[in-house]
Amino acid sequence: MSQKLYSEIKNNSISPDLKEIPVLQYDIFYELVCDFLKDEARHCIAYYGVPTSGILKLFCYIADDNNSSIAVFSHELDNNTIVLKSITPVCPQLQIFEREIHENFGVVFDGHPWMKPVRYSHYRSDKSNIIDNYPFYTIESEELHEVGVGPIHAGVIEPGHFRFICNGEKVLHLEIQLGYQHRGIEKLFIEKNDSLQRCILSESIAGDTSIGHALAHSQLIESLAGIEVSEALQIERCIALEMERLAVHIGDTAALCGDVAYQLGQVVCEALRTLIINATQLWCGNRLGKGLVRPGGSNYQMNDDVAGEILTVIADVDRRFGEVADRIYSLPSLLSRFEDIGKVTREQALTIGAVGMAARSCGISRDIRVTHPFQFYRSYPIQLLTVETGDVFARGMLRNLEVRESVKIICGLIEIWRRKEKIINKPVYNYKLKPNKVGISIVEGWRGEICHTVITDKGGNIENYKVKDPSMQNWLALALAVRNQEISDFPINNKSYNLSYCGNDL
Amino acid sequence: MLKEIKVLKSHGRQYIKNLRTQPVSGLFRGRPVISGEITPDEIISVSSMCPVKAIDKRSGSIDLGRCVFCKECSFALPEKIRFTNDYRIASNVRGNLIIKSGTESPVRLEEDRVRKEIRRLFKNSLKLRQVSAGGDNSCEMELNATGNVNFDFGRYGIEFVASPRHADGIVITGPLSENMAEALKICYEAIPEPKIIILAGTDAISGGIFDGSPALNRKFIEEHHIDLYVPGNPAHPLTYINGVMDMLGIK
Repeated sequence: MSQKLYSEIKNNSISPDLKEIPVLQYDIFYELVCDFLKDEARHCIAYYGVPTSGILKLFCYIADDNNSSIAVFSHELDNNTIVLKSITPVCPQLQIFEREIHENFGVVFDGHPWMKPVRYSHYRSDKSNIIDNYPFYTIESEELHEVGVGPIHAGVIEPGHFRFICNGEKVLHLEIQLGYQHRGIEKLFIEKNDSLQRCILSESIAGDTSIGHALAHSQLIESLAGIEVSEALQIERCIALEMERLAVHIGDTAALCGDVAYQLGQVVCEALRTLIINATQLWCGNRLGKGLVRPGGSNYQMNDDVAGEILTVIADVDRRFGEVADRIYSLPSLLSRFEDIGKVTREQALTIGAVGMAARSCGISRDIRVTHPFQFYRSYPIQLLTVETGDVFARGMLRNLEVRESVKIICGLIEIWRRKEKIINKPVYNYKLKPNKVGISIVEGWRGEICHTVITDKGGNIENYKVKDPSMQNWLALALAVRNQEISDFPINNKSYNLSYCGNDL
Repeated sequence: MLKEIKVLKSHGRQYIKNLRTQPVSGLFRGRPVISGEITPDEIISVSSMCPVKAIDKRSGSIDLGRCVFCKECSFALPEKIRFTNDYRIASNVRGNLIIKSGTESPVRLEEDRVRKEIRRLFKNSLKLRQVSAGGDNSCEMELNATGNVNFDFGRYGIEFVASPRHADGIVITGPLSENMAEALKICYEAIPEPKIIILAGTDAISGGIFDGSPALNRKFIEEHHIDLYVPGNPAHPLTYINGVMDMLGIK
């Protein structure tokens, strides 16, 4: 190949210049993306449009787990093009991304089987599309009935609408309609020309993943502003991320127990989650870690007291969680509610481009901490855990295994942290971003890969900011999981994934 | 069975005995105290750095209905602004959330302005419907926690219910997204009279960091009387619990 057709970058490394990224004719773009995605070790982590002075430019990022690189493909639409050949029929994992580009910019992807709104963004191209007239899939039949649930659900959770088509008690099809949580976050990242405001925004993308998103944002800023942070701080960030993973996995285990009426498991896990988030509060004053992660430094650098308290708490949690998890995953009455319920096959998960937990519970080795390591994971290899069966049991069991692993990781990291030189790093807010760059940052949050990308203009201002929560790809996994299941098993499937509404709606 | 008993034994007693006085970590960011000696220049500097314009440019007061509790003003001026771990910061009067400089006094709930029927009808049993309208799931998780084994707010007969028809009021989280405006209205209308409205979290009270976004529709807040404001980012379970207890007149 004489001429490079795409740019290759590493997670959080020096970002390429915008003009270095080759702009391809669409047919070449199409062929390349299709060809690239044939390898199951590669998947799309982001694909979106950027409107620059009236011209729409598409960027597609494909993570290659073989060599920890990210390939960036680009295409520029000329002014008259509004129809492109859809890649989705060949690579279904692009379905949600093409839908988003269609919704925001009106580009029609010819051949896309499901060209429906993603989130009813306030900047959508067709304002006549409103959230109340979503085009649900229907089947005309005397035998079937539809069940609509939401946007407001029975519990204290976020809103979204689920439309089931059922044959008796059996679900034939579930369509998930989101958008109720749309707050216009991506536009606010551009409009708010203040670095602290952007930090607060990043923590509010999904409050259950405050640390994950704040870290993705901070890394992105650091790579584009040329800021380096100490190893001690990198370790602290990994510890924070693992604490978040621990808290949510244990909390979700409580929720799973609640759904199958195993009260002992529910209350014990609830109390254990409290211990973890209270340790986070002891560290930074906020139970969910808001304020803990900042670009360039930290307002809450760890000290020996905090480290000691975290170690005490997680040792206690590890023992007690071990005792209760032993019951949860061995009682026949519970196993019969978990096993073979909501099965997603490995092929299905690969096809839809599932990430994080949703992929690992189907036996797919996809974990950014291992495949595209960031922060101190680059120097501290961790074990990539998978469970093969793809059912509710697998998703519960994976959480169980990851809890045990996170405890080990935190213990190991604190030990190394103690030996590291502690440099006082205060957060950096008066940074200057490099001009005309494309930056990408991916982080493995507890749900899966969080991806933040930014494009800067010639003045180093943020021209485009794009957020992708793992939920965006994984919602479809939930829809597939409940096919041919009893509708009464929907809640347990939903809890087993615990996907983010606001992370999708932005 | 023996294994279950072992689990229970390890679990021990987790519930918080006194929800009024439970201590929280010293770093918890609760009610701020602004020194009376803060200078006009210092006020301007922290006011301009505040990400949510919660600090008044002239007086230096901090509006907890806008504050996202990032504590950056205190990091910049540790001698003049500090955040105490006082979590009892909810009030029924919006203006009382504004903390003036030079005062150490707690945030007050004005008993005489609580609607009479609220205490008469709901003091021993209050069922609430929660609606998240753009909430980021942090406030939602903390509200869920109020009913868990630690906080056990249900001990006072105060719980969340599934149907608005069974509810005595609504607890709103999130900055009120346009896409949820209609659903929120329908839900509120389905609650029988008399009904109360509680706003939990800074996003709900003022829009927080999302204030001014065209994706919001905050008409509902403007059009209705709010019975309780619960600040926080997210609102701490104890802030919510103490606020509701104060509103109902539970000692």
